[in-house]
Amino acid sequence: MATRSGSTASSNGRRLSALSLIAASATLLSACGGSSGSTAATASSAGTSSAATSAAAPATSAAAGTSSAAAASSAPATSAAATSAATGGKPVTLTWWHNSTADPGKSYFQGVADAYTKAHPNVTIKILPIQNEQLDTKLALGLESGNPPSIIQSNGGGKLAAYVKAGKIQDLTAATSSWISSIGATGSGWQVGGKVYGIPFSSGVVGFWYNKDQFTKAGITTPPATWADLITDVGKLKTAGETPIAIGAKDKWPTAFYWDYLAIRECSKSILDTAIATMKITDPCWTKAGTDLQQLIAAKPFQTGFLGTPAQTGAGSSAGLVANDKAAMELMGHWDPGVFSGLTSNKKFEDNIGWFPFPNVDGAPGVPGAALGGGDGFSCTAKAPPECADFLKFLMSKDNQTQLGSIGFGLPTVAGAEVGLKDPNLITLLKFRNSAPLVQNYLDTTFGVNVGNALNDAVVGLLAGTVKPDGIAKAVADAAASQ
Amino acid sequence: MRQPLSDPIMTSTEAATTGATAARASQARAAARRPRTGGARKKAELTLFIGPAFILYAAFAIAPIVLAFYYSVYDWDGITPLTHYIGLANFRRAFHDPVFLESVRHNFYIVFLTVLVQIPIALGIASLLNAKLRGRAALRTIFFAPYVLSEVITAVIWQLILQPDALADKVLQSVGLGSLVQGWLSDPKVALWTLFVVASWKYIGFGIILLLAGLQGVPAELTEAAEVDGASRWKVFRHIKLPLLGPTLRILAFLSIIGSLQLFDLVYILTGGGPINSTSTMVVYLTDHGFHRFQFGYGSAIAVILFLISFVFSLAYQRFVLRRDTEGALTSAAR
Repeated sequence: MATRSGSTASSNGRRLSALSLIAASATLLSACGGSSGSTAATASSAGTSSAATSAAAPATSAAAGTSSAAAASSAPATSAAATSAATGGKPVTLTWWHNSTADPGKSYFQGVADAYTKAHPNVTIKILPIQNEQLDTKLALGLESGNPPSIIQSNGGGKLAAYVKAGKIQDLTAATSSWISSIGATGSGWQVGGKVYGIPFSSGVVGFWYNKDQFTKAGITTPPATWADLITDVGKLKTAGETPIAIGAKDKWPTAFYWDYLAIRECSKSILDTAIATMKITDPCWTKAGTDLQQLIAAKPFQTGFLGTPAQTGAGSSAGLVANDKAAMELMGHWDPGVFSGLTSNKKFEDNIGWFPFPNVDGAPGVPGAALGGGDGFSCTAKAPPECADFLKFLMSKDNQTQLGSIGFGLPTVAGAEVGLKDPNLITLLKFRNSAPLVQNYLDTTFGVNVGNALNDAVVGLLAGTVKPDGIAKAVADAAASQ
Repeated sequence: MRQPLSDPIMTSTEAATTGATAARASQARAAARRPRTGGARKKAELTLFIGPAFILYAAFAIAPIVLAFYYSVYDWDGITPLTHYIGLANFRRAFHDPVFLESVRHNFYIVFLTVLVQIPIALGIASLLNAKLRGRAALRTIFFAPYVLSEVITAVIWQLILQPDALADKVLQSVGLGSLVQGWLSDPKVALWTLFVVASWKYIGFGIILLLAGLQGVPAELTEAAEVDGASRWKVFRHIKLPLLGPTLRILAFLSIIGSLQLFDLVYILTGGGPINSTSTMVVYLTDHGFHRFQFGYGSAIAVILFLISFVFSLAYQRFVLRRDTEGALTSAAR
């Protein structure tokens, strides 16, 4: 009995100390939450110095960035925000949530923030990189909280529209009017009702990333230009003993790329627009997209166990399979080279990777050469200080955009910034994007999270053989009815 | 090394079985002993010691439950104001959604498998580890180790092991069992059973330790007396050890069932509820619809359903299964 009562006493002690720990951390939390907390400033400056030492590139951009910001503020078209920022007004803290948890993106953003705060000493930028799959959840909670972030990652489309409808996002139309034209048509995905609610800093299109050696080995000299060619090439690759296509069906969204692309091949622009506005996909062209996809599925092009394969985590993911010579191609966005390089130790692998656009479907009534894509952008939240818009302007300066391309982090949206791109594949991809008569935003993003997720689920079902081509329309209709 | 390993567990078993009743009893005892003097001091003590825990419990357990009930009758996307009252429509929708019903079914499969397979295996291993054998402490640590790992780490490790052509497949092939190789996480017919195996690997250590503690509580005199009387080892186990393990087994079954109903982390990371919802559980479904699809009202309704299932089960279990154990504890505490 003595031991027991002894241990009870000690566990009480532990509980008390645990409580005091909780209390202490609560105090810390509230200190960080305050907009002008000195703890926050030190925390961000600590992060700053490490990023600055780790990457030499941001340091150069700091100098370039400063000069461009100075030039901007002396220009006649200066916005109210820029003036107040330049006059060194009262201390302001911007919290910035983005999804670049790894380099080069992480250091790049840190470098841009450092350059901005150097030119505007009254502004503190607190950066919180959030893993992409967590971002939506965290954002929903963060925007509800009393202390929302100021700058948030936003991929436009239905999700952004929902936030706008809820009054969570700042209208940037006036603040960006002087420079919004620099990003051309790519900005349209971040506009709601003709007003600007976000700015894409990188915009790309989905296409096939392929292993050149494996294609050569299978006797494929030119990448497939039509859907029928692709299916033929799948056969050739299988004969050569390769896994033709890697797909990350566990994460669902990669499967939707196939169906989305086939849908924009099969459906005309007016049908697409009506469907997006009404969230009803009743035209037979949508079912045709499903039957087209079934032709590919019937050729069994995917890796073993593809239903359980993640898209980007680990060497066994679809990107990992391509990066490690285990699969010949994957349909993926412009960010794939960055993912590849993190999943392989083979340095020469980059020379062996090529890119080709999603093939056309012979005789299909959609816009030929239309691209499926989307981008990464930032929005300012409703209560963010005016410095937010000013910071976005700085982020979108031609210098910063050029650097974005030159470090291989993304595809700049500002005209003229593409000169920084080095990767020949990205240059090909950008040419395709710029010449595409239509760049359709990912349909799951366009339809919003609820319908979008139901759509992705249904496409996985099509791949697994449990959903028929016309079942996708039903899934979308059911989900749309539930909201 | 042996004593410290089993002793705290013993305390925690006891704490689990007697829990609330013991607290109530000690309160009653204190009140009886000092009717007037030190009443204020007692109150201050109670406030000081119970207050913080009560605040935490109220803020992080009671309030969310109440709020979930409130949200569950609204059509709410989590962003816009809570205005669209829809009564029980969320619940109707849940009971008409085949994916949700499938998720509930998966939970119950796991519950039954846990009780019928996992606990008996835990009992067997605990009995073996209770025998006098060399390296017993090391073996106990090995069996308990997976329980100490976080769910996320466990899931990531197993995800790597279970990928096609990865460790699990290679091991099977190397011992000539290549024909048994399955799409462990990718075949909708297999994935749920794979998850059960991983969950068992993870949680069985807990059962083993509880049962081991229970076995050590069986007085040696009883087994020795039975052996002197010529009882076989099976009879000793069946008629002496097993009945005396009753309270431990009942509490273990209770914790395992509640845990199985709330199974989430492992599933979420290993399969995300897929392929094609074949491993979805109630909480995975809740997360998918509540957080990923921004239907917080509907998600809350699912949470309420899960809460009610667990709550009703707990009450019934306490009333019909654990009553003997708690009553015994009450009399001994009041003495």
